[in-house]
Amino acid sequence: MKNPLDSLWGTVITGLVLTIVLYYVAKQLVVLA
Amino acid sequence: MDYVPAIARWLHLMAGVMWIGLLYYFNFVQGAALKAAAADNTAAGITKHVAPLALYYFRWSALLTWLAGAALLGGNIVAAFTLSGSYAVIGIGAWLGTIMLLNVWGLIWPNQKKILGIKPATDEEKAKARRIAFLASRTNTMLSIPLLFFMAAGAHSAIYGF
Repeated sequence: MKNPLDSLWGTVITGLVLTIVLYYVAKQLVVLA
Repeated sequence: MDYVPAIARWLHLMAGVMWIGLLYYFNFVQGAALKAAAADNTAAGITKHVAPLALYYFRWSALLTWLAGAALLGGNIVAAFTLSGSYAVIGIGAWLGTIMLLNVWGLIWPNQKKILGIKPATDEEKAKARRIAFLASRTNTMLSIPLLFFMAAGAHSAIYGF
């Protein structure tokens, strides 16, 4: 499999996906407190 | 005016703009420019005169951004790094920034020294250093996307739904 970081589009899309994942992680952490 | 957090936030923003701006320059501009410059033998202008200076401001602005961010968190730094309650939002940003700072000083700069000839290295070592520095830089570009989201959300939690 190609490394997504080898292309700029792959880098940006990976960053956007990670943002969405971390957003829901943060939501859970705030709600659980 | 509350001087310490006010100046820390100002410095954090200024240094952060320089850090991430240079990171984007390396990834969106210099990489493509070097490929084109190598084709007509003009790459030395970039590698000799531009890259070392850009890397100088890049690594020191990265450190200043982190230090100003730590000063801004003040007594809440433990709550942020332990992702406690509402501090989880800025805490995720702080963790991403910390990983990125470690990437700059632990991977990008040591390997760039070999690539640019600041530190002696064989051709094989240079090729390996080029790949490591490239991936570390791309990792930071990727991490900067959630980093900036959580920095914005940490300061304006209501509009981000936290």
